Amino acid sequence: MTKEIIISGFGGQGIVSSGIILAYAGLIEDKHVTFFPSYGAEMRGGTANCSVVVSGEPVASPIVANPDIVVIMNEPSLTRFEPTIKPGGMLLYNKTLIKSQPQRKDIAVVSIEANVIAEELGQARIANMVMLGVMIKKTKLLNLETLKKAQRKRFVKANDEQLALNDKALEKGYGLL
Amino acid sequence: MAEKKLMYGNHAMVEGVIAAGCRFFAGYPITPQNEIPELMSIRMNEIGGVFVQTESEISAINMLFGAAAAGKRAMTSSSSPGISLMQEGISYIAGADIPVLVVNVVRGGPGLGNIAPSQSDYYQATRGGGHGDYFTITLAPNSAQDLYEFPRLAFELAEKYRNPALILADGLLGQMMEPVEFSSKPIDPKSLPEKEWALCGCKGRERRVVRSYDLKAGKLEVLNLRRAEKYAKIINKEQRFKTEYCDDADLVIVAYGTCSRVSDAAVKMARDKGFKVGLLRLITLWPFPMDVLGDMAKKVDNFLVVEMSNGQMIDDVKLATECRSRIYFHGRPGGGVPTPPEIYKRIEEVLGGAR
Amino acid sequence: MKMIFGRPLGLTETLQRYCPGCGHGIVHRIIGELLVKLDIRERTIGIAPVGCSVFADEYFNCDMIQPPHGRGPAIATGLKRTRPECIVFSYQGDGDLAAMGTAEIIHAAARSENITVIFINNAIFGMTGGQMAPTTLPGMKSTTSVKGRDIGKQGFPIKVCEMLASLDGPYYLERCAVDTPRNVIRTEKALKTAFANQISNKGFSMVEILSMCPTGWGQTPVQAKKWLGEVMAEYYPLGVFRDLSKEEK
Ligand SMILES: Cc1ncc(C[n+]2csc(CCOP(=O)(O)OP(=O)(O)O)c2C)c(N)n1
Ligand code: SF4
Repeated sequence: MTKEIIISGFGGQGIVSSGIILAYAGLIEDKHVTFFPSYGAEMRGGTANCSVVVSGEPVASPIVANPDIVVIMNEPSLTRFEPTIKPGGMLLYNKTLIKSQPQRKDIAVVSIEANVIAEELGQARIANMVMLGVMIKKTKLLNLETLKKAQRKRFVKANDEQLALNDKALEKGYGLL
Repeated sequence: MAEKKLMYGNHAMVEGVIAAGCRFFAGYPITPQNEIPELMSIRMNEIGGVFVQTESEISAINMLFGAAAAGKRAMTSSSSPGISLMQEGISYIAGADIPVLVVNVVRGGPGLGNIAPSQSDYYQATRGGGHGDYFTITLAPNSAQDLYEFPRLAFELAEKYRNPALILADGLLGQMMEPVEFSSKPIDPKSLPEKEWALCGCKGRERRVVRSYDLKAGKLEVLNLRRAEKYAKIINKEQRFKTEYCDDADLVIVAYGTCSRVSDAAVKMARDKGFKVGLLRLITLWPFPMDVLGDMAKKVDNFLVVEMSNGQMIDDVKLATECRSRIYFHGRPGGGVPTPPEIYKRIEEVLGGAR
Repeated sequence: MKMIFGRPLGLTETLQRYCPGCGHGIVHRIIGELLVKLDIRERTIGIAPVGCSVFADEYFNCDMIQPPHGRGPAIATGLKRTRPECIVFSYQGDGDLAAMGTAEIIHAAARSENITVIFINNAIFGMTGGQMAPTTLPGMKSTTSVKGRDIGKQGFPIKVCEMLASLDGPYYLERCAVDTPRNVIRTEKALKTAFANQISNKGFSMVEILSMCPTGWGQTPVQAKKWLGEVMAEYYPLGVFRDLSKEEK
């Protein structure tokens, strides 16, 4: 089993963190993982994306051209990545910030009011956690408890309050659908 | 077994260099290796090492020359354009028989090129790179774990033979995060033996001189012949590689670095489809593992060389196999990274019906 | 309808890829206008640096060359000496000019090459992600000086105008800034002088321009302007450091 994932949005939406948490969770579950960010001049202009591969086999290349799963946090990312998803793949998008409708009929499409939910929980910037929660539920890729562990590996300096809030966002997403 | 950490390749390299007992870094920022100087600036400060952000790569390599001539483990890292600037210094260091570690996180070239992963500095790395008769020991990692482990190996080889060593990574390996295990006990720099050639003040001994020139008639020839003996010894003893599924193979892929891990997946795809395909992953690029290739050429009919360039290592494969086998090429220049299906397709083209 | 404000002919239609609040765009515009005002666009050869403005070869509507990092003044020398009828300018950042190309700028100035150098001092390496530059202020944070530039280990910034003013070669040296409209106007005047000097074969002219890099400084565009005026311009005083035309009178 190899799952190739792309996460994409604006800088500041926690794109890189989401990718690293996912990869860390895979590592905790003893899978082969890679994480690959967009880097350098590509970062100018405020967009960010990253690729994560979670697999039972050693990962050949961390670069993902045709993902199985795509998590989209903003409008430009939808335009860019929707066409690249493998037939039969899955697109999860942040409905709060994206007004267009995905067009593909050969993939599963999941829309989430991620920012609305995050703000209800008290913090817009945990929208990425809500998305991750939904994603692992829908794909059965990794366990919820592992993600909670993994976010602690990413946010080493965060206080307990923030970590608990992140947990809540993960749970909320996980319980949504 | 130590716990595995998820780390950027560039960060794993920093920890590997420090674990190898190196306490001197000089370098100049350049993408895609900026994470190395950035983390070095923090880590060297923590452990009382030296970090210098230089005004240029020319300055960085000469600082290395100084630190290493003083007998200390010293390293610099850069990416292609910066490594080109260092060539003069590397030539002097090789001419003075001083061990240093130079890391090249290769990007697309020539010129300013781009910042995508590439393997187009193979010729430069394996042919000396600068002026004069010399070679640099060149290691090719293909994972974050290798980036952690190879600095130690590089320093050991460099010191054993008093020769500069190079680690040839690429933007993909540097920028990627992967699980890394801190597999070895860190070396305390104080435990490293004093070098009998190091400059440290001549109190109580003959003065020492580190230099790369000799103008006396016939003297440089003698020195270079002696260096040739050293190179022959390295070629004899230090060829490193890994083989996989090569025993019954009709076709063997030859690759290093990123291309070797991508090829590994392509080999598995081919085996699943019934093709007898193997992989020769090169770990040392200089010395080039020519002996294993020479042996293989006696029974393997086809070699497929996979490189992220227009074809550089392929020359060495032809030399090593003495053109006894058919040699095919799959290359992605200018920052392109091959995919397993793409390589598999090439295998199919070559082997056709021969499952 | 009459257009009263538009893109000067000295700039191409290409969309500039600078961050919001970046100073590079302002200086580009001034140069673009001057190429037209001084009627030199069609005989100008510009030199883009390696840095965020590496893409300047796409932005200026004149002949352009993109040299190796820091070597602009050497390339300019080659161009100007073989094509003295052309106007040659080298546009450089502080990493490009004051680190990598320190030797080139000093020697071009010492030879008083008849060229115009535009030196963008934003106290940081923008392109590579905010590392320390030779011009990073003492105590200022960067990704290679995370606790602030430690002068004990990382040394002092280089004041390029002051340093070049110690040479006999330069004809004209001025430091300006682009944080306020008033300073932008002053910058335009200085750049005009620097080009005019070349047109009348006076020799080496350089204008250093203090410029905002909100991204590299970790500030908003508004904070960045304020910081430039209040902190950076304190360390790098604005003014004319050399003007030999005064002595000619
Ligand atoms: C030989 C070489 N070394 C390093 C680099 C990487 N590099 C590109 S731009 C840059 C620094 C740019 O800083 P600056 O000149 O201050 O311009 P800014 O981006 O801030 O406008 C560096 C180090 C390179 N391109 N070539
Ligand atoms: S990083 Fe700084 S210098 Fe570069 S474009 Fe952005 S604001 Fe301008």
